[in-house]
Amino acid sequence: MAVEATTAGATPVRGWRPLTVLTSLYRRPASAAGTTIVLVFLLMALIGPVVAPYGVNEQIASEARQSPSPDHWFGTDHLGRDVFSRVLYGAREILVVAGLGTLIAVVVGSAIGLLSGYRGGTFDEALMRIFDSLLAIPALLLALLLLGLVGPARNAVMVVIVIVYTPIVARVARSAVLSAKSKGFVQAARMRGESQSWILFREILPSAFPALTVESALRFSYAIFLIAALGFLGIGVQPPNPNWGLMVAEARAHVFQTPWALWMPALAISVLVIGVNLTADGLRRILRAPGE
Amino acid sequence: MKPALSIENLTVSYRNGSSPVTALREVSLEIQPGEVHGLVGESGSGKTTLVLAAMQHLPDQAEITAGSIQLDGQELIGLTQDEMRAVWGTQIALVPQDPLSALNPSLKIGSQLRELRADLSKAEARKKSIGLLEMVQITDPERVAQSYPHQISGGMQQRVMIAMALCMGPKLLILDEPTTGLDSTTEAVVLDLIRDLMHESQTATLYVSHSLGVIAQFADQLTVLYASELVEHGPKMELFEQPLHPYTHGLLDSVPRLGENKHEIQLRSIGGSIPSLGDLPPACVFAPRCSVAIDICHEARPDLESSGVARQVRCYRWEEIQANQVDPRQPPAPPPLAKSDSAESVLKIEDLEVDYDQPRSLAKWLRRSPPQSVRAVDKVRLAIGKGETFGLVGESGSGKTSLAQAVIGLVDPAAGNVELFRAKLPSKISERDRKTLGQLQMVLQNPDEALNPYLSVGQSLARPLVLLGGTNSEDEIDRLLEAVRLPSEYADRYPAQLSGGEKQRVAIARAFAAIPDLVLLDEPVSSLDVSVQASILNLLNHLQRKHGTSLLFISHDIAVIGYLSDYVGVLYLGHLMEVAPSRALFDPPYHPYTEALLSALPLLDPKASQERVRLQGELPSPLNPPTGCPFHTRCPRFLGQICVEQTPPWQEDETGTSIYCHIPLEDLREEQGLVFAMRKRK
Repeated sequence: MAVEATTAGATPVRGWRPLTVLTSLYRRPASAAGTTIVLVFLLMALIGPVVAPYGVNEQIASEARQSPSPDHWFGTDHLGRDVFSRVLYGAREILVVAGLGTLIAVVVGSAIGLLSGYRGGTFDEALMRIFDSLLAIPALLLALLLLGLVGPARNAVMVVIVIVYTPIVARVARSAVLSAKSKGFVQAARMRGESQSWILFREILPSAFPALTVESALRFSYAIFLIAALGFLGIGVQPPNPNWGLMVAEARAHVFQTPWALWMPALAISVLVIGVNLTADGLRRILRAPGE
Repeated sequence: MKPALSIENLTVSYRNGSSPVTALREVSLEIQPGEVHGLVGESGSGKTTLVLAAMQHLPDQAEITAGSIQLDGQELIGLTQDEMRAVWGTQIALVPQDPLSALNPSLKIGSQLRELRADLSKAEARKKSIGLLEMVQITDPERVAQSYPHQISGGMQQRVMIAMALCMGPKLLILDEPTTGLDSTTEAVVLDLIRDLMHESQTATLYVSHSLGVIAQFADQLTVLYASELVEHGPKMELFEQPLHPYTHGLLDSVPRLGENKHEIQLRSIGGSIPSLGDLPPACVFAPRCSVAIDICHEARPDLESSGVARQVRCYRWEEIQANQVDPRQPPAPPPLAKSDSAESVLKIEDLEVDYDQPRSLAKWLRRSPPQSVRAVDKVRLAIGKGETFGLVGESGSGKTSLAQAVIGLVDPAAGNVELFRAKLPSKISERDRKTLGQLQMVLQNPDEALNPYLSVGQSLARPLVLLGGTNSEDEIDRLLEAVRLPSEYADRYPAQLSGGEKQRVAIARAFAAIPDLVLLDEPVSSLDVSVQASILNLLNHLQRKHGTSLLFISHDIAVIGYLSDYVGVLYLGHLMEVAPSRALFDPPYHPYTEALLSALPLLDPKASQERVRLQGELPSPLNPPTGCPFHTRCPRFLGQICVEQTPPWQEDETGTSIYCHIPLEDLREEQGLVFAMRKRK
């Protein structure tokens, strides 16, 4: 989502450069907190594996099931793995699979939605009916089907996220286009012979940004849940991957002996989701039309 | 006699972050039983706040900081919601602007009326509700009572609201712009009804409107609000005869009156725009826009002074104005160029037809029955010469916007021919080349949607220069802004930072940027405040004079059309009914529909006389248009079978007026007197 703001920043519209966006985000306490959380998690994803005190799958049998202590900040799980290190490693996992998956879904979905909504007619009608039928299948069922075909793999999970969320994002983008299409400034653009890409990207897309930002944050949150759910069902990413959802699933069996092994990754999921949503809310404010 | 409503020194402010915003400052007014008190004000004048305060229904962030509101001697300020419940409906009743949002969409009209009389038995309440509907001149009350609000027309909905308001015989009736959302012929019928009801009743009425014309018809007393201040108050006749406040002068001068034309009378617009309530001028609120403001006007707030019997005015210079020592009127705009009759034709429209396909049901689609379509524009022919203005007048559903959209290429016409400079215009905008696009531009109705909120004014103005020719430079953008009388700093502003009138100026500048030959204007002033409209109309005249541009001006307001145009076309259900030079439009013979339109417009002169020509029934559904003459179902001069069976001929007289009617022109001329007579303005 931050990436979207950057693409817009490439255009000469004032106040949309990444740094300006960041400072504006820090102007309100809620979005400042959210942005800080997102930045911390990004940092974790970047340098987590380097600074982690233990290896991701390093088992110290003698130190299994230890409660949090100065040696093991988040304690250790039933196999003697350091939960803190695994949470650190997991940040990259989650941001790559859920984050990248969502990002692709948002970009592809927005593009399809924009074009389909603007073109209208049979093309739009046909595409939307296909999307409707995709939307009618529960995400989990679709994921089970696809993963059953290709076998469990990290990239496959990402593809699943893209396939499941693209239609939803496309619908949101399309409805934003439909409301913008009939507005006077779009008609005026057509009257002076603007190209289709100018009309789509300069006249219509900016108005759709606020809605798309919020949708992206929502999709990202659901992607994390979907990955966790797939991990829990034993398809998708496989142990001993430090995926937080998978960690929760694994720790569930030992919840009475090592509750921290369940709580810590769960907490990480919640904090990240809250952070992303607060940031998105802040971005929505910033991306409103200038002067409003 | 005890006044029905007495408001004294009412001051209301809204909490807005740390700084409160004053919406009303020390406003006083009194209404006697049986009296109609007109309250005139533009947006941001505080008239809505006054209505809400009188109803004791202000939003939570509003606070009455001073004053009193007495209803029949009872103080309303400080009453709780529970105590007010006994007052609402029974003692104060409100008819709002938008009836559809005031009526419950899930209940039938009859049961909503019955609900008001919970004190009566079911059968009695039913009888009473039918009686109420009859009182507001609904001809088939049984059917209306059985209908849901959305199933009846806007005029009918407003009548139901009036019936509800009068149901309990309130002491005070508040009419808040009750006819603003209606078409002019419907408005006239509803205004007649209100006038008749007011005449009979002893109810005190507060009539709120932005239109001086409507107020001129009704009010006994008149109060003018401007930017939270009461600026002038007095009996209607005196106020119209001799306004004392420069703002009242401005309001009266800035509206084109029926029958006036730009070649005879130049409008005196009020400069600038209405200040926002958060940013009011410190002393006299009107001083920044006033042409006779002196130093003190910018330094200290004038008191409300008594200027005669029951007259008050808040101005330092009213005595000089009264004695004709100063003229508070703005200087008139320069006259437009006289038009030459041998003008070269710019646009020619021949037998243009625009259809909209109705969605087909699945069953029909399977049976492969052809799609049903609605004809929005039917066989329209017109021509516009160079530097000429063609005015197109019609009510909603007349097809005037569809016609413009077909010319500009946003809608594909079903048939007909559009020629620009004698060359056929490709019907789709995508098939037109740059040169054609540059020759033809359009200004749309809603200024709030006309500009891309994400582009600055300068960026918006640069686009037509880039695409359609002209030099894209800062100087050129400054020149464009100057042409629409905006300072060059505006290039860096965004639409959200502009007022409605300023946005429309930018939209006009954008349309004129590449110096087109023809500009289509779709209701460019109808969403603007009265005091801003005149300056936009003057601006259009100025640009037309400068570039020799031809204009196709579309409006529902026949006075504005008659003022601005050289030729006028009257549209009804997609058909042209009459085409006339604007000079001849106001004299008989008229098409019966034109006659009704001229009769419907509230005149800006309380002493004017106007024939009552009213249209019965509703606009026919375009899905099932009338046979023969499209106007026959509502025509007050209906002849008989011939109107139903045969399409009327076009008849032309020596003035150049063409009328689409079966009645011979001589008969029309004989039967029709002047529809209206109004004094010439000084």
